[in-house]
Amino acid sequence: MTIPPGAPDRAPALELRDIRKSFGAVVALRSGTIEVHAGSIHALVGENGAGKSTLVKIIAGLYRRDAGEFRLESADVDFTSTADSKAAGIAVIYQEPTLFPDLSVTENVFMGRQPTGRFGRIDRNAMRTEVDGLFQRLGVRIDPDRPADGLSIADQQVIEIAKAISLDAKVLIMDEPTAALSGVEVDRLFQIARSLRDEGRAIIFISHRFDEVFDLCDTVTVMRDGAYISTSRIVDTSVDEIVRQMVGRDVTELFPKQETTIGGPLLEVEGLTSAGVFHDISLTVRSGEIVGLAGLVGAGRSEVARAIFGVDHYQSGTVHLNGKPVPAKSPTAAMRLGLALVPEDRRKQGLVLDSSVARNTTLAIREQLAKFGIITSGFENRAARVWASRLEVKTNALSTVAGTLSGGNQQKVVLGKWLATEPTVLIIDEPTRGIDVGTKAEVHRLLSELAGQGMGILMISSELPEVLGMADRVLVMREGRITAEIDRSDATSENVMFAATHAEEQHS
Amino acid sequence: MSTATTTPTSNVTKRLGAIGKARELGILLALVIVVIAATAANPNFLFSADGWRDLLLTPSILVLVAVGQAIVLITRNVDLSVGSVLGLTAYLTGRLFIDFPGIPIIVVFVIAVAFGGALGLINGALVAFAKVPAMVITLGTLYAYRGINVLWTGSDRVNASDLPKSFLALGTEQFLTIPILTIIALVVLVIAGWYMKNTRGGREFYAIGSDPAAAELYGLRVTRRLLTAFVLSGALAGLGGVLYAARYGTINSQAGSGWELDAVGAAVIGGVAIVGGVGSVWGAAIGAVLLLTINRALPILGIPDFWQRAVVGVLIIGAIVLDRVLAVRQKRKLIEARDDS
Amino acid sequence: MSSITETTPAPASVRRYRDYDQPLWKRVLLTREMAIIALLVVVVIIATMTIRGFGQPITLTYLILDVTPILLIALPMTLIMITGEIDLSVASVVGLSSVVTGVLINGGVPFEIAAVVALLVGGIGGAINGFLVTVVGLPSLAVTIGTLALFRGLAVGLLGTTAVTDFPEFWTDLAKAKLGATSIPLAIIPFLVLLAIFAVLLHFTPFGRGIYAIGLSKETAAFSGVDVGRTKFILFVLAGLVSALAGIYYTLRFGSARGDNATGMELQVIAAVVLGGVSVFGGRGALHGVIAGVLLIGVLASALRLANVTSDVINIITGALLVISVVSSSLLAWLRTQRQTPAVKPSAESGAAG
Repeated sequence: MTIPPGAPDRAPALELRDIRKSFGAVVALRSGTIEVHAGSIHALVGENGAGKSTLVKIIAGLYRRDAGEFRLESADVDFTSTADSKAAGIAVIYQEPTLFPDLSVTENVFMGRQPTGRFGRIDRNAMRTEVDGLFQRLGVRIDPDRPADGLSIADQQVIEIAKAISLDAKVLIMDEPTAALSGVEVDRLFQIARSLRDEGRAIIFISHRFDEVFDLCDTVTVMRDGAYISTSRIVDTSVDEIVRQMVGRDVTELFPKQETTIGGPLLEVEGLTSAGVFHDISLTVRSGEIVGLAGLVGAGRSEVARAIFGVDHYQSGTVHLNGKPVPAKSPTAAMRLGLALVPEDRRKQGLVLDSSVARNTTLAIREQLAKFGIITSGFENRAARVWASRLEVKTNALSTVAGTLSGGNQQKVVLGKWLATEPTVLIIDEPTRGIDVGTKAEVHRLLSELAGQGMGILMISSELPEVLGMADRVLVMREGRITAEIDRSDATSENVMFAATHAEEQHS
Repeated sequence: MSTATTTPTSNVTKRLGAIGKARELGILLALVIVVIAATAANPNFLFSADGWRDLLLTPSILVLVAVGQAIVLITRNVDLSVGSVLGLTAYLTGRLFIDFPGIPIIVVFVIAVAFGGALGLINGALVAFAKVPAMVITLGTLYAYRGINVLWTGSDRVNASDLPKSFLALGTEQFLTIPILTIIALVVLVIAGWYMKNTRGGREFYAIGSDPAAAELYGLRVTRRLLTAFVLSGALAGLGGVLYAARYGTINSQAGSGWELDAVGAAVIGGVAIVGGVGSVWGAAIGAVLLLTINRALPILGIPDFWQRAVVGVLIIGAIVLDRVLAVRQKRKLIEARDDS
Repeated sequence: MSSITETTPAPASVRRYRDYDQPLWKRVLLTREMAIIALLVVVVIIATMTIRGFGQPITLTYLILDVTPILLIALPMTLIMITGEIDLSVASVVGLSSVVTGVLINGGVPFEIAAVVALLVGGIGGAINGFLVTVVGLPSLAVTIGTLALFRGLAVGLLGTTAVTDFPEFWTDLAKAKLGATSIPLAIIPFLVLLAIFAVLLHFTPFGRGIYAIGLSKETAAFSGVDVGRTKFILFVLAGLVSALAGIYYTLRFGSARGDNATGMELQVIAAVVLGGVSVFGGRGALHGVIAGVLLIGVLASALRLANVTSDVINIITGALLVISVVSSSLLAWLRTQRQTPAVKPSAESGAAG
């Protein structure tokens, strides 16, 4: 194991070495190593599935490690609960903040450790005074008495940070805090992070955005496939170097984009609007074309996909498929017309985790499979076997419970389920999130083939290389609006990122 | 925007804060209307010694049980066994007086409350450790506790003549025209209300019910709180059982059967959300009073009392529909407030 | 394309997929349902051998007559609970349909028409539940506690404490009649027909596949074109209709329409359904287990009555069985996870930092 460069004389605030963690047969973390010093901001980067979240959850006391060393300021620790890690001065701000929706903002900051007076009576005035102080310091204007329900993600994160400060946390972990934030909100967050660092706290910052990592952090640790790769000082490294370490190979090799002949329009969306979610969305997907839909998390891309497919409601606008109107609020009707949606959240929306591969694969075609209204396991197995072998799902039996498969194989089952409906247009939301590199390439090859056969594909992706590598045309969304449409030949990470973060100037 | 202060309490949140209280005030108002209407039809409903006493006395025991139920509901659980716990402790009370003549009343109270708490502990332990939904567990113990009661009682029953006069007096006596039972219920209510509002434990009940997963993530002691909630519910049903014995004097094996649904109904009418995190024991208590007062008011208002259960049903459904409408409106306002700022 | 084969762990040969990873006998025998069926068989054998009179045909007759309403209602209840919802109002619908039949007969309406109206009332009651749950979006537990009181209240309100006992003899006899020379009551026929319908609906139709999907993951079901609201609405209406049918049967069987008929039966039905292996979280369960669950409780009650044990002891047994069955299944699940992830102690033995 290489010793991270520039290790100061003081012992690290937090140190983990060769941490192992597996769930059943799946090894989530082979050798997790990180060393963070007080008064510094340390980036933790890696692809999805690299083991970052598992490492964070071990630090937070949510998981117990199977093996490895875990030290806080040179003292060995072993957390059995989140209360332990909290007591030891570790605060974690998750990507999706976890506040109690029914309770007030103030109560959320102090839950479980409210200042108390006589007879254990909570001192509401003291609580309120401290929250006012905290919010003033953080420069936020959130009403401390309102319930947490309905707050924006940015505000919820600020409350989590306030909580961490009032805890006097020595180590602060931020798990992709900027994923859903706008430019102004990111600036505010960075300001806060820097001032916390200057107070001598250690901060771990997890992000996929290299500009942010290089802007904010002092050191960076790279992980890949559940293992530690390297730690370097930001000033000593470059984006290319980090990307190479993260991916472990040349990025351009990943995308087997076939040249296809693009035909007539299949999916036509006109002026789709849902108040407060997205506005005036118009787009077209043609036969044989992969249209990339880029933008930040929270820009409204998934919501548009769900509205087109009929899962969510929308106020105005029209959707046509092959020239026929797709009725609102009816996935069944959309499916019959030839539309398929591979949703964003595989585990919650794509699969019935506790159900078998066979049942999952045939869920969307159960009506077509039935003969005289009757469906049997035999019909299901026959149909499922076709798709399992075509997509090379790695399992022995069709009765295997979907939840026990690896992420990549789960995604294959979801793809099989939707391809079984023989769609003419496939909407696919984050096609490769959280799946291993090998399967990733398989999915990309498959999408490319499908387009080659004349299917129209609308691909939502937060991974820029994927969008740039796969899409014939890139649409960019920001805050519920399409801000740019860029052709494959003109698309670069710079102009896509710019359109995703700056609304004022429209690029094309 | 007005001048920036450190406490930017917006109008929206002020109004929203009022909704919670308004919910309980609304139910109180409904109660007042019922009382006024019944009194107008027959002044004796309120302005007679008996009327006044019955008004206060009748709901007292249900108030206790509903307070316990509200605490459990706030943690996103439910205790269906309260009726059986009440029946079992009521019979236990009778047996104690019969089998140990001269036993001090206070000792009987302590034993019965502890016994109820122990039955609640069994519920809580099964829910918290076996991770089985409270509905199933307490449905099971509803049967089991009632079965034990039947096995123990048989066709026997405790009669008023078996109980000491001083004990029975508790059920009828008054202090400054307020029945002793009502005073006991009020004291419990005030303590429970204070605890739920002002202590860490109380607030954690709300947090757990509001988002159980977040509570685990926070490192709140969820198991311990769940146990506490069920023990409280059991103990209050136990206290209800003693008072039931004092008030009615005769106890057979079916005492308190069906009370579980009245208790849940009272809490729901009083604004306690069945999905947890919302409501107060005050609301539940007022709900209990409203429920039983309507029962007595209906015949006076010329509606045969056979219809009272139908009225209760309409009340419960009305209450949850109202809560739903309020919640949807609150959510919309909060999001609007966010977009405005 | 050489770069791709590099990153893909070469799928050397075409994979073969078996239908099941366990042999048939394991899949059929090692289930929760089979455990209940086995328990039922054991109880029947022991009761026949030790309790005098249990083996006589009359026992079977009364057993079936007694459990038929519960068996009937358990059918739609199973489907509702597999979607993760619950209907506490079923017994009140039994009472209401009984009273409606009685009141109409009193008013001179022919029994046949009265029965149809009662069925209609049950269907409407179910539709009210379904509307409040699926359209208004309220939790079914709260809704059906409300309608439990409402429907019972209407039943009691319509008849007061009186009872209607004047039913056509043809129908009351039919309710108690036996199948030819056997000791099996005729009432078993409509139940068997409904059982066949519900079994096919749940286990062999796309609609049934949707029911399980809703219970396991409502969101995935909705994304897969399962109309969650419509499915639940239909199930609540079915529960209302079948409960009303049970109410009519109940009325004829005892020759009496009363407001308090079948009070508390909802809990018996739910206890039997849960005992039969249906998860309260939804998504799990099968009809044969539920039938065994109902019969198990019925047989125990009947055996104990014959053994002159006070029949109410059945409460303890029902409750204890219910608790043991759910606790044991979560205990088994816990043991399984323990076996899967052997608790390897962290190498660094140390106390938690405090």
